[in-house]
Amino acid sequence: MAILEARKVTKIFGSDPKKAIPLLDKGWSKAKILAETGATVGVNQASFTIEEGQIFVIMGLSGSGKSTLVRLLNRLIEPTHGELLFKGKDILKMNAEELRQFRRKNVGMVFQKFALFPHRTVIQNIEYGLEVQGIPSKQRREMAMQSLELVGLKGYEHSYPNQLSGGMQQRVGLARGLANEPDVLLMDEAFSALDPLIRKDMQDELLELQSKMKKTIVFITHDLNEALRIGDQIALMKDGSIVQIGSPEEILMQPANKYVERFVEDVDLSKVLTASHVMIKPETITLERGPRVALELMRSRGISNLYVVDKSRRLLGIITAEDASAAIKSGQTVEEVMIKDFPTVSPETIVNEFFDTISNTKVPISVMDEMGKLKGIVVRGAVLAALSGNNEIEVGELR
Amino acid sequence: MNIPKIPLADWIEAIEDWMKLNFDPLFQLIKTIIGGMVNGLEYVLLGIPAIALIFIFAALATYLGKWKIGLFTLIGLFIIHNLGLWDKTMQTLALVLTATIISVVVGVPVGILMARSERLQRIVTPVLDFMQTMPAFVYLLPAVTFFSLGVVPGVISSIIFAIPPTIRLTNLGIRQVPSELIEAADAFGSTSRQKLIKLQLPLALPTIMAGINQTIMLSLSMVVISSMIGAQGVGNDVYRAVTQNKTGIGFEAGLAIVILAIILDRVVQNMMKKKSI
Repeated sequence: MAILEARKVTKIFGSDPKKAIPLLDKGWSKAKILAETGATVGVNQASFTIEEGQIFVIMGLSGSGKSTLVRLLNRLIEPTHGELLFKGKDILKMNAEELRQFRRKNVGMVFQKFALFPHRTVIQNIEYGLEVQGIPSKQRREMAMQSLELVGLKGYEHSYPNQLSGGMQQRVGLARGLANEPDVLLMDEAFSALDPLIRKDMQDELLELQSKMKKTIVFITHDLNEALRIGDQIALMKDGSIVQIGSPEEILMQPANKYVERFVEDVDLSKVLTASHVMIKPETITLERGPRVALELMRSRGISNLYVVDKSRRLLGIITAEDASAAIKSGQTVEEVMIKDFPTVSPETIVNEFFDTISNTKVPISVMDEMGKLKGIVVRGAVLAALSGNNEIEVGELR
Repeated sequence: MNIPKIPLADWIEAIEDWMKLNFDPLFQLIKTIIGGMVNGLEYVLLGIPAIALIFIFAALATYLGKWKIGLFTLIGLFIIHNLGLWDKTMQTLALVLTATIISVVVGVPVGILMARSERLQRIVTPVLDFMQTMPAFVYLLPAVTFFSLGVVPGVISSIIFAIPPTIRLTNLGIRQVPSELIEAADAFGSTSRQKLIKLQLPLALPTIMAGINQTIMLSLSMVVISSMIGAQGVGNDVYRAVTQNKTGIGFEAGLAIVILAIILDRVVQNMMKKKSI
């Protein structure tokens, strides 16, 4: 079920914002509207649907309107126009008290510069959202402690924010955002101010937390690699408009226009593509067929090895042409001569992680799912083809 | 062409007369309150034996500041006592404390309102400029008209002269709270009162204290002027020394004011340091 749905949500900055709305409908550009009316388009008719439990990444360069858009979602910035449905209820129609309750109970937020209160201890910071709700102090302390443990900062509850490192401070920020157990967590460039290594740790941790908690997260970033790494859905923004919404794979493989294409061309594909992207279809044979059939098959296909599988396509081993002919001479079965020690990866493994394996192995890497079923094999040529820029066609064909 | 002089002086005096006539009950009420406060404070300060009070103040200075300030307080107050200026110094302290308390009670809320409204800031700022730059003697005359001679007009003119820093720095301190913290407080659903109490005032406190400190210093600087309209205290000795050309007496009384100023300044400054993180 969609937890959050935006319908043509628009923010226009300026003295007479309503005037610019019809111009947007006419399809005027941001620059033209600014020149004609003096109004600045912050967010232009953003429409999207966020499913429960999803990490929805909004990404774009600075000035693209992504930080404005996330603030429209809890009305830290008042939208000019549009509808914003939270579980079917229009956030934009809430009065001040309803909005306050919505912010207190349904939505948490984590900020780029942490925005921790310097005069409060870690635990008091985490408690803040519970405190303003009027939750009794004993109960809120317990809830805050749970949240603190979740981010692995137990023992630091009485420290002040300025005594912690950047990464730890943002964990506090995260714990504060989670303390009131919100339905939706807004993360505005939450990891952008952190060192690259710490950032990666935090991304991992967020994904791990997410696998436990299944929160709906709206994550803002300007870093495409970050977006691809953690996003279930990615909305790419430019000049206040959403240019494309799709899964990381769709954004990479089918860029909606030149802008997205240029955006994704610098991506280090080895960190994004997985085994399932680069694998090719293997030639297989079942165990019951003898070595003669295997050899004949290899000859007719012009290949030097075959993948031995059982009836449910579970991989049992690999047989080479040499082994097959030796088996024929000595009267052995396929099972006796096939190679049983071979490298395997899961379909989700990132290419980057099996570079070593693929450069050291004689036989291709087998891609198996968790049931042990053979999904495909990875050969060096296919990996290189996928990593070279023109991957769209090549990978498509290989698959 | 001969442009006639604007009769500003006549107008001001007409307003003064009109206010005296119509607002006299209000002025009497203010007089009763302020007079009561000064007298009450004097009663307490002079009711406790001097030696005991000196040790109490020294202990308080140590508690609020640190032991060095406590030691200075002890020695400084003993010097004042030794010079025979104890009672007068306590009268001056009562006047300064009254002016400061009223300045804080009025000034901090005004500063808070000012921080919340651009329009109010635009209105209040020039008024504060006016209050601070108009020579303090000028307030004395209407103050005497409304409140007659004595300590009350002295307190009133001290407040007018000394309240601006408290208002200004309260306003500044609240406005200086980083906008991302305000945004965070909003994002978690704070009411504006919760924001004020839990975030803005605590973070603005060091700045507000700096304003209060200046207010104390400015009202101390008014004690000599206040003595010209009948306020009792060490200021009176300074004033008399000036009119009778007695350098020694003037210096003694001046020293008492300096000691009082240093003690108050250091204690308040240390409270600031302890509060700011």
